[in-house]
Amino acid sequence: MGFFDRLREGLTRTTQQIVGRFEEIVRRADADTGTARPIDGDTMEALEELLISADVGVAATGQIVAAVRARARRGDSLRDLVKAEIRGIFDAVEPRPALNGRSPHVTLIVGVNGTGKTTTVGKLANLLKASGRQPLVCAADTFRAAAVEQLEIWARRAAVDLVRAREGADPAAVVFEAIQAGRARGRDPILVDTAGRLHTRTNLMNELDKICRVAARASEGAPHDVLLVLDATVGQNGLAQAREFTSVAGVTGIVLTKLDGTAKGGIAVAIAHDLKLPILYVGVGEGIDDLIPFSPRDYVDALFQGTW
Amino acid sequence: MFESLSTRVQDVFKSLRGEARLTPEHVETALRAIRLALLEADVNVSVARAFIDRVRDRAMDQAVLRSLTPGQQVIAIVRDELVALFGTSEGGLTKHAPTPRVVLLLGLQGSGKTTTAGKLGRWLARQGRHPLMVSTDVRRPAAIEQLSVLGDQAGVRVHAPDTMDPVARASGALAEARATGFDTVIVDTAGRLHIDDDLMDELQAIRDAVRPSDLLYVADAMTGQDAIRSAGEFHRRVAVTGVVLTKLDGDARGGAALSVVSVVGVPIAFVGSGERLDDLELFHPDRVVSRMLGMGDVLSLIEKAEQAIDKGEAEQLEARLRRNEFTLDDFRSQLKALRRMGPLESVLGMIPGLGNLKQLADNKPDEKQMGRVEAIICSMTPAERRDHTVINGSRRRRIALGSGTSVAEINRLLKQFTEMRRVLQMIGQGGMPRLGPGMKLPPMSHKGAAAVPGRKRRKGGPWGLIKTR
Ligand SMILES: Nc1nc2c(ncn2[C@@H]2O[C@H](COP(=O)(O)OP(=O)(O)OP(=O)(O)O)[C@@H](O)[C@H]2O)c(=O)[nH]1
Ligand SMILES: [Mg+2]
Repeated sequence: MGFFDRLREGLTRTTQQIVGRFEEIVRRADADTGTARPIDGDTMEALEELLISADVGVAATGQIVAAVRARARRGDSLRDLVKAEIRGIFDAVEPRPALNGRSPHVTLIVGVNGTGKTTTVGKLANLLKASGRQPLVCAADTFRAAAVEQLEIWARRAAVDLVRAREGADPAAVVFEAIQAGRARGRDPILVDTAGRLHTRTNLMNELDKICRVAARASEGAPHDVLLVLDATVGQNGLAQAREFTSVAGVTGIVLTKLDGTAKGGIAVAIAHDLKLPILYVGVGEGIDDLIPFSPRDYVDALFQGTW
Repeated sequence: MFESLSTRVQDVFKSLRGEARLTPEHVETALRAIRLALLEADVNVSVARAFIDRVRDRAMDQAVLRSLTPGQQVIAIVRDELVALFGTSEGGLTKHAPTPRVVLLLGLQGSGKTTTAGKLGRWLARQGRHPLMVSTDVRRPAAIEQLSVLGDQAGVRVHAPDTMDPVARASGALAEARATGFDTVIVDTAGRLHIDDDLMDELQAIRDAVRPSDLLYVADAMTGQDAIRSAGEFHRRVAVTGVVLTKLDGDARGGAALSVVSVVGVPIAFVGSGERLDDLELFHPDRVVSRMLGMGDVLSLIEKAEQAIDKGEAEQLEARLRRNEFTLDDFRSQLKALRRMGPLESVLGMIPGLGNLKQLADNKPDEKQMGRVEAIICSMTPAERRDHTVINGSRRRRIALGSGTSVAEINRLLKQFTEMRRVLQMIGQGGMPRLGPGMKLPPMSHKGAAAVPGRKRRKGGPWGLIKTR
């Protein structure tokens, strides 16, 4: 089953509910465009509420709605306009910096508590292994109870090496060790699972900063990738998270997890819009295969599938 | 960053200053600002719409329009309506339950159930109860292990049978509690999606087997618009009795989770405010409302201060304050206490008038800076710490050298300290530092806090320090 199907399966389950009211309005608006009437206030308001209930957020929604209103011409389909607008937001994100080919490539997985970091490390290790790489995972969450044990189980499932911390060890030291071990054993890339931390906690963010600095000492330019894991159910706080983690650790891309629920993950649109950060992967379940590369086109199509 | 709701309303009315009369159009402008703020705080779209309608009905009243302080009047209405929306329940567990009481924790993946189980175990143990915990999460790797580690940390026994059948594990715990006299059983469950039929069936089976009196839905304060749907579905399936709102120590406003209260109709029982096992608090609706309004959360601040400050120390301090004998030594122990209270940002967020994040961003609290202040004071002689007036130019140079700082920093600190003494003295005499324009303290109705003597003064520590920063 491809990304499109999986996503659509998740999203359409309840899309009907939100768009119930909107459905009617869109049909009317699209039918009316023939009569050269500009899209009216009610329609715009309904569109606004729809986007906000998908967690797209007030700012991005405002701009999408304004752009749609400005662009709307006789005969245009409202649905197509909105889709094009959102796709445009994803298209405008900064492309990922080209991988510098340094070995080993170090990827840090970061985020607030419980978003799915450890699970993502497991899934990503599996994905990379399947594509012929030899990843090594590093358990740098030395804080949460049983976090290392959790990653150990994932490493076993993905059949990859794990470097784990000694009890209560400094996470930065574990990362250093893992990079050296990776180099010695010819493992590449190194995937680092970090402890969940709220972006408002200065001392924990300092710890993350230190992990980055120590990683750079072990391998030039490390961490080469910093993936911020966001839960698709997250509200507008996701933006604050993305901002803070970017300023401390230089986030290079987003992983959006739990898209197999009914949440739309609209924060991805807001982040692409405000911060120009690319969405790289999406999590669609708790199984090891439930991580797929993100496709903006498919995401937008699935978001507006069927009922519109 | 969010601007706080009350700041926005104030801004709208400030921009209207000089207008001869307030018109309904002006109120509409304010209402639009409020709606945006609610949506940015993740309040559910429909909840926000209905809310604005109710505020509009009340705000269009002539008395409000003609008032000299329409901004404050509208804020008062908003505050009232928020409190009404989010309920007035005092939180906690249900009042009556058979023994042993069974508490079932449930919710989506990653919302914080297991951590909450550990915290609740600790909370109950502190109340002199005898809790027993059990994990029924046989799915997430190392989840069972996680609860047993937390049990060790909390000093709470964890029922750990060999069976990997979730229902049997829960029933086993109940049987152990009955046989050995535990009075509460905390059942942790695997995170699940509300649309996962098999797992929702499993949850029902666990419930039917242990017949909990408390079914707590654990929700993340950072959650968005989908919260109502998922919580609603959990409620439909198992009849939730309360919500635990976790991760409230961040900067999330928690509007979505609070919308759950109004739509699904279950009260918030507890809030999680940190990663430590002690970071579980009873829910006080008016405090969270104040936080949403950006008016600060003074009561929680006082409670934290009370935990962090030694009672005897506080009384001594109070006595010295009255005699205007506050020294640099006292200053240092205040600083230490303040740091014990947790990350500075979260403490600052509770202070009225500082809840305005825009203001906070310009004046970012700096933990490093506090470390330097401590270093400076440590480099002083006991005599200097007792009486700061003896610190002359050459002493300042010596202290700067000793603490690795500069004379300019010493000067600044001493100036701040002098100012702080002045403020503290004022508070000591019963005055209050002036709050920002239009800021009002939430009503101090909390009985527990009022019973503690001297608490008003104790608050002076953090206040004075922040004022001088
Ligand atoms: N349904 C679903 N669940 C997921 C997905 N990704 C992760 N989870 C679940 O979310 C929960 C939390 O995942 P973890 O990987 O432990 O999250 P974490 O970010 O490492 O958590 P901390 O280290 O405690 O901060 C687990 O129950 C996972 O199985 C996903 O894409 N879909
Ligand atoms: Mg983890």
